[in-house]
Amino acid sequence: MNKYTHRKTVISAIIICVCCIYIIRLFYMQVIDDSFQMKAMMNSQRVVTQYPARGLIYDRNGKLLVENQPAYDLMVLPRQVKAFDTTELIQILGIEKETLIRNLEKCRRYSLYKTSVLISQITANKYAILQEKLYKYPGFFMQTRTLRKYNVSHSADVFGYIGEVNQAQIDRDSSYAPGDYIGVSGLEKTYENVLKGTKGKQILLVDNYNRIKGSYKDGAYDQPAVVGQNLTTTLDIDLQEYAYRLMQNKRGGIIAIEPSTGEILLKVSSPGYDPQLMIGLERGKNYRQLSIDPNKPLLDRTVSGAYPPGSTFKTLQALYGLKTGVITPASCFECYGKSKTPIGGIRMGCHNHQSPLNLYQAIQQSCNPYFVNVWRRILEDDKYHDVRKAYIHWRDFICSCGLGSKICPDFSNEINGSIPEPAIFDRKFRTQDWRWSYIMSLSIGQGELELTPLQIANMGCVLANRGYYVTPHIVRPTEGMNNRVEKHIVDCDRKYFDIVVEGMSMAATGGTARGASIDSVQICGKTGTAQNPHGEDHSIFMAFAPKDHPKIVIAIYIENGGFGAQYAVPIGGLIMEKYLKGTISPRKKAIEERMLNSSLIEPIQKKSGTSQTETPAD
Amino acid sequence: MNRQSELLKNIDWLSILLYTVLVFMGWLNIYAAVYDESHSSILDIGQRYGKQLMWIGAAFVLAIFILLTDSKFFTAFSLPIYGCVIALLAAVLVLGVESHGARSWFEVGGIRIQPAEFGKFATCLAIANVMSRHGFKIMRLSSLLTLGILLVIPVGLIILQNDTGSALVYSSFIFVMYREGLHGSLLLLCFISIAIFIFTLLYPPMAILSVIIGGSLIAFLYYRQNKQEFYRIVIFLIGCFLFFWFLKWLLELEIDLDKLLLYSYLLTCLLGIYFIYKRKMKHIMLVLLASWVCIGASIGVDYAFDKLQAHQKDRINNLLGIETDLSGAGYNVNQSKIAIGSGGLFGKGFLQGTQTKYNFVPEQSTDFIFCTIGEEWGFIGSTVVIGLFLAFILRIIYLAERQRSDFSRIYGYGVASILFFHVAINIGMTIGLAPVIGIPLPFFSYGGSSLWAFTILIFIFLRLDANRLQLFS
Repeated sequence: MNKYTHRKTVISAIIICVCCIYIIRLFYMQVIDDSFQMKAMMNSQRVVTQYPARGLIYDRNGKLLVENQPAYDLMVLPRQVKAFDTTELIQILGIEKETLIRNLEKCRRYSLYKTSVLISQITANKYAILQEKLYKYPGFFMQTRTLRKYNVSHSADVFGYIGEVNQAQIDRDSSYAPGDYIGVSGLEKTYENVLKGTKGKQILLVDNYNRIKGSYKDGAYDQPAVVGQNLTTTLDIDLQEYAYRLMQNKRGGIIAIEPSTGEILLKVSSPGYDPQLMIGLERGKNYRQLSIDPNKPLLDRTVSGAYPPGSTFKTLQALYGLKTGVITPASCFECYGKSKTPIGGIRMGCHNHQSPLNLYQAIQQSCNPYFVNVWRRILEDDKYHDVRKAYIHWRDFICSCGLGSKICPDFSNEINGSIPEPAIFDRKFRTQDWRWSYIMSLSIGQGELELTPLQIANMGCVLANRGYYVTPHIVRPTEGMNNRVEKHIVDCDRKYFDIVVEGMSMAATGGTARGASIDSVQICGKTGTAQNPHGEDHSIFMAFAPKDHPKIVIAIYIENGGFGAQYAVPIGGLIMEKYLKGTISPRKKAIEERMLNSSLIEPIQKKSGTSQTETPAD
Repeated sequence: MNRQSELLKNIDWLSILLYTVLVFMGWLNIYAAVYDESHSSILDIGQRYGKQLMWIGAAFVLAIFILLTDSKFFTAFSLPIYGCVIALLAAVLVLGVESHGARSWFEVGGIRIQPAEFGKFATCLAIANVMSRHGFKIMRLSSLLTLGILLVIPVGLIILQNDTGSALVYSSFIFVMYREGLHGSLLLLCFISIAIFIFTLLYPPMAILSVIIGGSLIAFLYYRQNKQEFYRIVIFLIGCFLFFWFLKWLLELEIDLDKLLLYSYLLTCLLGIYFIYKRKMKHIMLVLLASWVCIGASIGVDYAFDKLQAHQKDRINNLLGIETDLSGAGYNVNQSKIAIGSGGLFGKGFLQGTQTKYNFVPEQSTDFIFCTIGEEWGFIGSTVVIGLFLAFILRIIYLAERQRSDFSRIYGYGVASILFFHVAINIGMTIGLAPVIGIPLPFFSYGGSSLWAFTILIFIFLRLDANRLQLFS
């Protein structure tokens, strides 16, 4: 057989050849191509996000307002999902089969290799059942999350709510992932970075059945979650609760501020809604229902509602008149009461009172013709020779009182209000040479003038402090938060403030604001009645108490409440009394009762079925 | 005493060293593959590495026993041994227990023995016996027939056990036959059929047919060196095809275009045979024959593939990249590739492979043991293992060539071929280069039967080798 000996070379060559091919292939797979390392990691490592508990929210007295409650998300890793018993799963979860399939498809499209939320916010009860059966569903697991829990059923406008992040937010901030929660409104939004805390992660090793086999490198790469920082608000929740009760079945807003510090004690937007409605699986439905409610519970009237301040504005007009010297406290003007008083070519109506009045009495009685005269003197001031220039000066002063622009950074939904720029009148009257009488309504806080209840309260603070206001705020500044609280000085002599305050004090004792009086406390107030072309006038009240070293400034705006004295004054009086004395004196129990029970809107229960017959009043 | 010192002197210690190294590397990797923090004692009989240690001990005893046996025993009793193993293969069909869909194990006192593993050395002995006889001429039909029968019996029985993988191992004897004088073109034909097999499944029949016909036309041109004849044939072929196409259109026949091409080629060939016969053109005849064998193989593959079991189809499809269902049939290979690929240059370290530790690769201690090597020892480790196998196989070929007796040489080539087939297919399937046909990696895969069978296979040869000088003295 020696003639075939050479064939050993052929055979050896084939064998060597195959071995070389294998080694080259191994070199390619193991050394050049690094995708396998990734895949092996994806197989065996499961990164579990550790969600931090969101910071809690307290009131000024340390009462817990907003806390957290556990909720459970069913997560899915689409790559590991095998055929499973859908019937059982949907039975446990209590959802439609279509929902399950649709969500699963969505997760699959997002990523085959990343876990995403399949069904969120499962109740603890269902979680317990599901956890036991989960071994039957490879690729599915549970994740514990925290949801908000509210200890009050009002003030949703203060807290705001949280919702899942959208794609734009994820693109902006990479620390968010789909399914994460983010503050959508209110304090939750403004203080998102403080409340959210820092997410942690845990890298676990899992086997082929997705069973946890321990932590990767003994947790060397794990990061614990850092709990969010707590917020202490300046709200007095008891007062808040009381105010909400007084405001039930009424539309409007109330703001109370501690004038020396700028702390917001009270912030009521009525009708409000239960913050609990904005969590859980029903959230979408509840939100839709609230958004079609004709009483607009989603509108935060205290900072997003712009209203004419009405006669409360007369206090600032008086102050400016005194400051510029166009009037003195002794200046008197005639008033013909209900038969309209002629002033420089126009006529102004008023209610009947004695005449003529000096400045104190004019504030006390809220005399319209008096302030029209003041307005005329302000704008026709010889110093400026020009109505427009005089107006600009006036406007600067008004704006320096914190009106016409956003003043409270705690609320992202705050609006500017409007102290009209002269350009607006230029356009309206098609000339820069307009006369004072064209904008006569501004003298009594009407016309183009619009303020938020917060700004009206701030105006009260300027008066109460006799010359300054502190940035209104609802969260006490603490370290790590950059909410700046500053003192803003209004350029006006204190003696002028004392004169205006005296007028307001007289209004509360023997004038329009009598109904707010509190035993043994001297209060100062100014009512307002804003004319409303669409229906009943708005009832307004701005007040502070006590007269010296005031502790509370309050602004109340009640839509369609009629005269200031009808609703705003008694409610303001009750709230101030409650805050200053803790209880309501028996003398005022009857008023309290009337306020609690009166209704200015159709009962809410009727809203869904009869919405067609009910046209909004404003 | 004299005989034993003779044995110690003449035995090939290098082979024994390679064997021992491979066996212990194998054991280390089985330990890693089934390693679990809760059972880390190496002598735990309840665990596979504990059992494997027992099998290894038994294998050593077996090896010594074989070395002490007179080498004439194996030459003289090769056919009776073959007969006994065949009997066992037949018996297991009746008395065996079923596992993984294959009825190929005897169970004796909790220990399972797989006779198919022992079929290899027995067949090897029988073939060596038959081929070394005087009067055996490999190109003679009667000789080939005898060889065929020796192979068909165990292969048939193993296929009946539903263990196609083990049956395929017997195809490795083609190397032995080639070494002993089988015409080289037959070996080539073997590789061509494998190529046809793959291409038939990958490409449409029209393309395959065109390539075969094109190939045969080029071969014709090469042998005849006559362009005129070549053009005439091509024109005739195309004419036929167009004519058939016209008929198909005219009669609205439901017939595929590739069939039309096939018939055109058939017609051309039939016409050609007349001229070939007349002019005695031997080469052209061979070309024609080869092209028809190829066509036949291609049709046969299509037909046979339809008959395969679903899981085998899946595995083949998967290997060829036709289906990419990574959670189904492709799961094993995909996970295996991930394990090996993630090993990198130096590997993740002993007992550190995540794919291995957390059981992502099924059958890891048996058929997919190479994953553990690839993952934990990296490219360096894999290359060392392949290198050791290569050295061992080449060493056996070297030893076979130095034999004075035909029997020993043929047996040696059988050993090398079987080893090579196992190594090539097993490692190939873990890196996605060979179909998953479930045969063990020699010395590495867990299992007593496989280890003992390879030990017997190799040590009989080493015993024969140790005795080589005494044969003519």
